[in-house]
Amino acid sequence: MPTFVYMTRCDGCGQCVDICPSDIMHIDKTLRRAYNIEPNMCWECYSCVKACPHNAIDVRGYADFAPLGHSVRVDRNEEKGVIAWRIKFRNGKKTIDLLAPITTKPWGTCIPKLADEPAPGEEMRSSELLYKEPTYVRMDDDGLHTLESNGLTLKEGVYY
Amino acid sequence: MFTINPFAELSASIPIYAMQAYVVVMVLFVIGGTVLDMLHKKSAQYFFENAKKAEKSAMRTVSGGEKATLALSTLTSEVLTSSEFNNQKRRLSHLFTMYGFILFAAMTAVMIFAYPTPATPTPAIIPVLWHVGALMLCFGGYWFWLFIRVDVFSEGKKWYKLDRADLFIVSLLMTCTFALIWSFLQYAGVAGWSVLAFALFILASTVLFVGVYFSKFAHMFFKPAAAYQKKITKADGSRENLPEDYVLTDTDVQVQFPDIPEYMGTSPANMGLGIKRESPNHY
Repeated sequence: MPTFVYMTRCDGCGQCVDICPSDIMHIDKTLRRAYNIEPNMCWECYSCVKACPHNAIDVRGYADFAPLGHSVRVDRNEEKGVIAWRIKFRNGKKTIDLLAPITTKPWGTCIPKLADEPAPGEEMRSSELLYKEPTYVRMDDDGLHTLESNGLTLKEGVYY
Repeated sequence: MFTINPFAELSASIPIYAMQAYVVVMVLFVIGGTVLDMLHKKSAQYFFENAKKAEKSAMRTVSGGEKATLALSTLTSEVLTSSEFNNQKRRLSHLFTMYGFILFAAMTAVMIFAYPTPATPTPAIIPVLWHVGALMLCFGGYWFWLFIRVDVFSEGKKWYKLDRADLFIVSLLMTCTFALIWSFLQYAGVAGWSVLAFALFILASTVLFVGVYFSKFAHMFFKPAAAYQKKITKADGSRENLPEDYVLTDTDVQVQFPDIPEYMGTSPANMGLGIKRESPNHY
């Protein structure tokens, strides 16, 4: 679902140019508005869609679920910590609304202070474990947590 | 220098009717260029078709009075204070450039039509405003061109690498820069260089106004229309198909999207600025 820009909404601020990891969002040489120079190379990370302060960037949904005339729009709200999607079908009537959390703690409050950590010893360097791995996967808390150890079972099929 | 009407001095060598005719022709070029630009890009047609499409997804009807209020707020906010810019530096630079240009253009017309010769003495405030306008435009314009322009700021290009998109800003800056140089040289009595500066001033202003069709000069006409339409879509609930601006503490929202109370609690905290904590300058 490559991105495209609504030229009338874009003010040429360059935030999408700055954030695009594929470096395919650039500024048009005639109107100084952003555009996707190579949609085939877009890997649909949506960074530009979310970064655009004017919601001027949209995505083209795949034809199988959203044929011509559809709309897939997203609004990322940092302060609320949520991302909202609205998918509108091409008949213009049916819509699907989605809302999901993107963080549960205020931004920037949980960045590990790596400089304060002690340097890894020889044993840690030669270990197969990654940094903080036993703690982060809770191995040091009664072993690896599994469905069984948590009293859960895997249900068959698709369920919500 | 600041209190002298440079056009009155010029009337000794150029007939008044030629100066007045030039201004009228340039105004006609602006009108013609804008109309051609609208026809070529079909921008007016796009706006009307888009407005009709948005009406179909409207949740409510916006009354005539409400539309008038929105038009007024577009005028006082987006047009007069350039509030659409998210980047405050660009907004400030745009305000300087815009009001500088308005002052400069208006005072030029006043001096050429009302006080064209030394026989009709110009009130000192008129040339002062003309010079202040040109200086404001130069301040805002050069700030934009050298530092804020996205080509330089985000694309990492050198300031002297020009594209067609620069036709407008460069011709605008050259117009005011050479106008100021011309006024100074005329005041200093440097005859030859003053003629050269005047010729470059006229060349730049001719490129600015004749090039409306090729440059982005016409943005001042369609940008307010786009801002107004954006406000209408917010008011009628169609929101350009964007999702709702959900209130996370609303119980209906929490029932509809149970992930919110499960992961964020029933009264989620303000998470801060996130991606906006740091201005993008990573090129």
